[in-house]
Amino acid sequence: MTMKKTTLDLWVGLFVAAGLAALLFLALKVGSFSAFEAGKTYTVKASFANIGGLKVRAPVKSAGVVVGRVTDIRFDNTTYEAVVTLSIGNQYKFPTDTSAAIMTSGLLGEQYVALEAGGSEKMLSNGDTLRLTQGAIVLEDLIGKFLYSKAEEGGSGGTQPGLAP
Amino acid sequence: MPETLLAPLRRLGGRVVHSVWRLGLATRFFFLTLLYSGTCVRRPHLVVKEIFSAGVLSLIIILVSGLFVGMVLGLQGYETLQTYGSEEALGILVALSLVRELGPVVAALLFASRAGSAMTAEIGLMKATEQISALEMMAVDPIARVVAPRFWGGVISMPLLAALFSAMGIFGGYLVGVVLIGVDEGAFWSQMQAAVDFRDDILNGVIKSVVFGVVVTVIALYEGYDAPPTAEGVSRATTRTVVSSSLAILAWDFVLTSFMFRGV
Repeated sequence: MTMKKTTLDLWVGLFVAAGLAALLFLALKVGSFSAFEAGKTYTVKASFANIGGLKVRAPVKSAGVVVGRVTDIRFDNTTYEAVVTLSIGNQYKFPTDTSAAIMTSGLLGEQYVALEAGGSEKMLSNGDTLRLTQGAIVLEDLIGKFLYSKAEEGGSGGTQPGLAP
Repeated sequence: MPETLLAPLRRLGGRVVHSVWRLGLATRFFFLTLLYSGTCVRRPHLVVKEIFSAGVLSLIIILVSGLFVGMVLGLQGYETLQTYGSEEALGILVALSLVRELGPVVAALLFASRAGSAMTAEIGLMKATEQISALEMMAVDPIARVVAPRFWGGVISMPLLAALFSAMGIFGGYLVGVVLIGVDEGAFWSQMQAAVDFRDDILNGVIKSVVFGVVVTVIALYEGYDAPPTAEGVSRATTRTVVSSSLAILAWDFVLTSFMFRGV
């Protein structure tokens, strides 16, 4: 009886240990703890004319390194602009004249906020607003402009030989 | 004439009332189980025995299915991602689909058919052979002695099984993607780590599997406890356990997913 009970206990112990090991594997090897938890960050706001496809939780990068996350996106009904709240890790300090731009990683990749540090002596603190911003580049607009200018070019180029004779 | 028209309606109504009645009974049964769980704390070896029969005995099917599900994900994911030249994202695809959905859901479906049906059959047979009544005669509460340990055994086993399923699946995806096809190993793991968040993805998956564990074991135990004490009754109850717990898992999965992953 006692012998049987110990083998059973051993199996259950092995099972629980394996399950916990699997959880640990998932936590450490597969996933990562979000590095920008509340309390270790400061937030700054930036207004954009167009945010394109930017989403909450999108990364905030400077020089390609993730320094924070987008925590909130709102529409300001007085300026008709999008107000994006960025939460940046406390260890990353930026000058007050830092500029923010919405970029796309690759052609089809996700959109992120890129910060470019300015030259000011003063550093950004919690609740500040970034003045220099550049909204997302909308691909359709770009293609439209390109086609329009091409058509103009092609139109003038096409008529000149026609006019020559 | 009106009688022939009314009879099916009456049957339908009877069935609806009957299922609502059973739902109420199952809910009362669930609260009774929680109420009588004190015995499990005082005599933990009862729970250990049930973790053995619900968890350890389900290990093989969970591990093997997890491995194959991950391998299929690796193959299919590679086929599609390769068209866009982004086969490095294979790790993300395999890990996210396993951790968020397939791990908890498929493990729970397997658990329902492997352990849930066994629980129903066991309790149904105990009832048919009047062991439950014998316990009551000896002033031992059958819910405290028979039902509650099985409930906690199932609820403890389920998240561990789901985690093992996911881990095994990711290993399967790694085997096919990296070892067999030759996706870059560093990109496979690093992109996976960058995309999978501990709280949003892994913890939510664990919460899902705990909920599924509660749902499956409550359905299995109730069906067994409620089964007519005949051979046919027990066999029907076992079938009902598998059918209704599978449906309940999928329905709860939708509800939980819509809460957890909205806008993520």
